[in-house]
Amino acid sequence: MLLTIALRELRSLFLSPLAWSILGVVMLIVGYIFLGAVEEYARLQGQIALMEAAPGITEVVVAPTFGTAAVVLLLVVPLLTMSLIAGERRNATLPLLLASPISLSELVVGKYLGVMALLTIQLLLLALLPLSLLLAGTLDFGLLAANLLGLWLMLAAFAALGLFMSSLTAQPAVAAVGGFGALLLLWIVDWGGSAMRSDEGGNLLAWFSLQSHYQALLRGLFDSADLIYYLLFITTFLVLSIRRLDADRLYH
Amino acid sequence: MDDMTPQTLLSVHHLTRWYGATRAVSDLSFSLQRGEVVGLLGPNGAGKSTTLRMISGNLAPHDGQIAIAGIDLFTEPRAARAALGYLPEQPPLYRELTVDEYLRYSAQLRRMARSTIPAALERAKARCGLATSGRRVIANLSKGYQQRVGIAQAIIHQPALVVLDEPTVGLDPIQIRDIRDLIRELRGDHTVILSTHILPEVQATCDRVLIINRGELQLSDTIGGLSARMRGSALQIALRRSPPLAALQALPGVVQVEAVDDVGRWRLVHQHDADPAEALVAQAVAGDWGLYELIPEQRSLEDIFVAITTEEPAAA
Repeated sequence: MLLTIALRELRSLFLSPLAWSILGVVMLIVGYIFLGAVEEYARLQGQIALMEAAPGITEVVVAPTFGTAAVVLLLVVPLLTMSLIAGERRNATLPLLLASPISLSELVVGKYLGVMALLTIQLLLLALLPLSLLLAGTLDFGLLAANLLGLWLMLAAFAALGLFMSSLTAQPAVAAVGGFGALLLLWIVDWGGSAMRSDEGGNLLAWFSLQSHYQALLRGLFDSADLIYYLLFITTFLVLSIRRLDADRLYH
Repeated sequence: MDDMTPQTLLSVHHLTRWYGATRAVSDLSFSLQRGEVVGLLGPNGAGKSTTLRMISGNLAPHDGQIAIAGIDLFTEPRAARAALGYLPEQPPLYRELTVDEYLRYSAQLRRMARSTIPAALERAKARCGLATSGRRVIANLSKGYQQRVGIAQAIIHQPALVVLDEPTVGLDPIQIRDIRDLIRELRGDHTVILSTHILPEVQATCDRVLIINRGELQLSDTIGGLSARMRGSALQIALRRSPPLAALQALPGVVQVEAVDDVGRWRLVHQHDADPAEALVAQAVAGDWGLYELIPEQRSLEDIFVAITTEEPAAA
């Protein structure tokens, strides 16, 4: 049942030009950033070679590219998730799902898996950029894997929050704005805190920040605390979405 | 539940639903037998859609129980909804899909076995007159065809209970006739409850009628019973050579005679259970009155409907 709902969601995403244009635009922008980073590396190659424990191309080119890719995706993921539930509401198709012998958890998780399938396709396309460097040299595959895992978890978190925003409204545009605003806030929440002071409050805000957990993975540090942060984040928003849909039946 | 018999498919008990401070449905109880087609009739805002949405599991009641084939909708929602097909007021269509894709998805949502879906798809399409429309995108279909797709979605899994909310609203007369034919075809295999505010629709399609107003059940009767209520208690006659008034008043059962005009039209009011038509015809022939018109007056369904639904609630 999860698969049925997920596949239909994926199919609907690809039937609209939105998914295609987002895949294309993201590739264009991240590809441009990647090219810039490669050029920078080529220019500084002489100096880097003289350094002790010189950083490899993966550290210099791939990690910054993925760091920027996350920001680009922060802008576009709410556009992919905005219609997940808000669209069903607007088109009055929710009654079909609610009158069917499926649970709300199946519905929400199925839709989430559908959009994650699309985002995984996006991630695999992005992975082709660093892999193209294999034509000219070697890569640190451990670091690349950590980078990809980090970006994938990040996308999973974006999608969960976007899905929740979509469950709140019947207007996809409102869901997109809300999702974008909430993600941006969570991205920058520690800018004031950790930069100015290192007391407990600042640490707490830093812990809430999506970005601080991502930075560790970009450096190749795999900390189970970061993984737990993402899992908690995703679970929280999926459960909230289910509760919100349940409330629809009660107070309407 | 006390009135459950094996023949009872849907039982609704003391259903109540509030919208804020407004009570949309209040203490509504009724039950449906297997295989019957029941019309839920009421003016706009009477609580028809709210009732059907609760039966479909789309809306939780504040109080009361609903059981489909003996399975409680709220404690065992999955099992109960498996026996349910629901067409809301606005058909729940994914407009970007083709008819086949959409119906296949509907079948999968109802947990039909994969191997049984193609046959069910063909059967549902044939029943709804969509046999040649399978590959068309729903967005490009006319309103009438979209409505048919909505009905196909509700019957594809052969549910015991089919719930149709205003199935013919917004269609042209030919499409309305087609949809009514389709509903009549569902009788027997399925139990159907449909809502409407159009009285002839109930007469054309239903076995039984439930009239609700302000969220309360006003009348539950068979179509035959409804017709009996509609039978008036007056005859309109026209005579070439009118007899004296006393001759008309002497007819058995006649309680009052009114002259409609002065060229021989009369209105005979009679006791509700005594029809003087036969005696009248016999006397007219015997007395050479020249009877050329005899019309039993009918209260229109509208009259009954208005009478029932506009009655001031006693001691409200």
